[in-house]
Amino acid sequence: MTARNPQLNAEGKLTHLLTLEGLPASVIAEILDTAHPFVSVGEREVKKVPLLRGKAIFNLFFESSTRTRTTFEIAAKRLSADVINLNIGASSTSKGETLLDTVDNLVAMNADMFVVRHAQSGAAHLIATHLAATGRPHVHVVNAGDGRHAHPSQGLLDLYTIRHYKKDFGALSVAIVGDVLHSRVARSLIHGLSTLGAPDIRVIGPATLLPTGVESLGVRRFHDMRAGLAGCDVVVMLRLQNERMRGALLPSTGEFFKHYGLTAEKLALAKPDAIVMHPGPMNRGVEIDSAVADGARSVILPQVTFGIAVRMAVMSMIAGN
Amino acid sequence: MRIAIRGGQVVDPASGLDRIATLCIADGRIAALGEAPEGFRADREIDATGLVVAPGLVDLAARLREPGQEHKATLDSELRAAIAGGVTSLACPPDTDPPLDEPGLVEMLKQRARFLQRAHVYPVGALTRRLEGAELAEMGELVDAGCVAFSQADRPLVDTQVLLRAMQYAATFGHRVWLRPQDAHLARGGVAHDGDVATRLGLPAIPVIAETVALATILAVVRATGVRVHLCRLSSAEGVALVRAAKAEGLPVTADVGVHHLHLCDVDVGWFDPLANFVPPLRATRDRDALRAGVAEGTIDAVCSDHAPVDDDAKQLPFAEADPGATGLELLLPLTLKWASETATPLASALARITCRPAAILGVDAGTLAVGAPADVVVFDPRRAWRLERAALESQGKNTPFLGFELVGRVCATLVAGAIVHERR
Repeated sequence: MTARNPQLNAEGKLTHLLTLEGLPASVIAEILDTAHPFVSVGEREVKKVPLLRGKAIFNLFFESSTRTRTTFEIAAKRLSADVINLNIGASSTSKGETLLDTVDNLVAMNADMFVVRHAQSGAAHLIATHLAATGRPHVHVVNAGDGRHAHPSQGLLDLYTIRHYKKDFGALSVAIVGDVLHSRVARSLIHGLSTLGAPDIRVIGPATLLPTGVESLGVRRFHDMRAGLAGCDVVVMLRLQNERMRGALLPSTGEFFKHYGLTAEKLALAKPDAIVMHPGPMNRGVEIDSAVADGARSVILPQVTFGIAVRMAVMSMIAGN
Repeated sequence: MRIAIRGGQVVDPASGLDRIATLCIADGRIAALGEAPEGFRADREIDATGLVVAPGLVDLAARLREPGQEHKATLDSELRAAIAGGVTSLACPPDTDPPLDEPGLVEMLKQRARFLQRAHVYPVGALTRRLEGAELAEMGELVDAGCVAFSQADRPLVDTQVLLRAMQYAATFGHRVWLRPQDAHLARGGVAHDGDVATRLGLPAIPVIAETVALATILAVVRATGVRVHLCRLSSAEGVALVRAAKAEGLPVTADVGVHHLHLCDVDVGWFDPLANFVPPLRATRDRDALRAGVAEGTIDAVCSDHAPVDDDAKQLPFAEADPGATGLELLLPLTLKWASETATPLASALARITCRPAAILGVDAGTLAVGAPADVVVFDPRRAWRLERAALESQGKNTPFLGFELVGRVCATLVAGAIVHERR
């Protein structure tokens, strides 16, 4: 049984990034610290450092994504790596090739790192376990989202953003609002926040969109958004997929917005200096009101900027270990 | 061929017998127990000193993968696994490709099994055509071809009117109906127990109510019609409680559980281990404990291997896409003994769950060492430890979450109809 967390090597160094669960606080802090100088790389005239020159990084996206794939591509290019984008959603798997066959073929093309997105929870773990079992530990895996399970680079950029604006995790109240059930973003952020010692993590949503026993992740559950937002420092809004209406989880986007959409009036219940975050892409008028999304407390665009620096940090650290 | 098995601890759960004795076999049947009959001269003697001599095991669910899924396993490989595991009678579910809804398919299967001369194979026919849950299969024809019961395998019966009519029709002719209680809608899309582990790993979940809602429906039909039903593969504490109450009420139901579910729970999924993907899903520790207690108290009548050989390729996939199940024929005995030793259940009582009780559910003449009964016998060393490696398995499916574990209880010899079909030194 694969009980060991396979993302750390024998020395406890990060060799893949699969999930924030079980990642030591020191490793998370190291990633965030490493990301800090990379933010300024993006502001320079020549936006490149030579850390990963000659490395081949494959963006392996079995599920369509523009934003995450683009930010990983930019991050890799700023590190001077060669980036190959593969949108496999409609090609190999429909021809009957398995996930691991695809990986083996790309390893044969001397891939150094895979950035993987897949619709199934556990896909990145499967690849990492396969590489270890077949004696290729020098090939690295970065999970860019697996099913509902984890989106660790998003979690890290969320932590970077919170640290940038709030400094001390030890006194934070963070509210995560919306479709937690289907959200890999929420799971990763919850693990990261608990590891860094955030004492008060809340999830807010209707019973149909909160997973069974979500309290076991160390969070408090709220169905009333007003009660859940009271006095919090950080509000994280989650994206609501349109297909949730088809599964009888919700009656309509309009009714969802009425109960769980973030408006200026509801945000007023949080602390006066509370920040508003969103992993993007936003559905304006569904989970968040435009006035809030574009308002003074929104840090949604800085999240995107920090995201590139955090992904540069992850890729450079992993390739160096 | 006359065989004498000498010096062993003869355990016959059906009669409660448990003592050192000689078992004499002649003409394919048990000839005597204890004193050899007048003039009995054995052609072959087996020294069973220090070993247990018991009825051959009876397994209520073993997928042989024929016809249609020979890349996973074949009759040849799986019947060799059966006798290596001491299983001398097994029921195979109808979820083959095509499903067992045609008398010709059943006859072919029976004939192929007879030709191999290993374990007795008792096909379970499809309750509905193509297992689609809409039209009844030709049960009478299928019984004539050799089916002993009817089920939907793991395909749920969604339409409750079809459920009622299938049960009524089967009961008219005394056919046995086996149902795995799972509500198709509540289980839709799910691959893991709806609890802390699935929440953490983000795996689509199957709630316990998927089992209890289906059980309540089936039990209501049983109550209304008096039709006898066997309930397959219970998975939850609440499910066990419903069956206990149904039996106390006097409803004509029996139940079984897969042997893996007596030992594993959702935590064993670890980091998405596809070998821990089971149908029904491995549930919480309290569910596993309730299943163990349910077998001990008799609410659950039988333990089965729920044998599901899967090729490596079909397990090297993301958890939700991997084929469910584990190879089990060669693990049924050691895992049942493990349950018995952990619950302080006496050997005869433990063996009853894998011999005479499943034989009664199947309605076949097996699972006992009574004089005159067919000589289906297993001789095993109850104390011998062995390491479960891929090479140690006869089954073509090497898929087991117990790979690398040490198991206790090793089959030394298996006899089917008085012939020694398997021996391990």
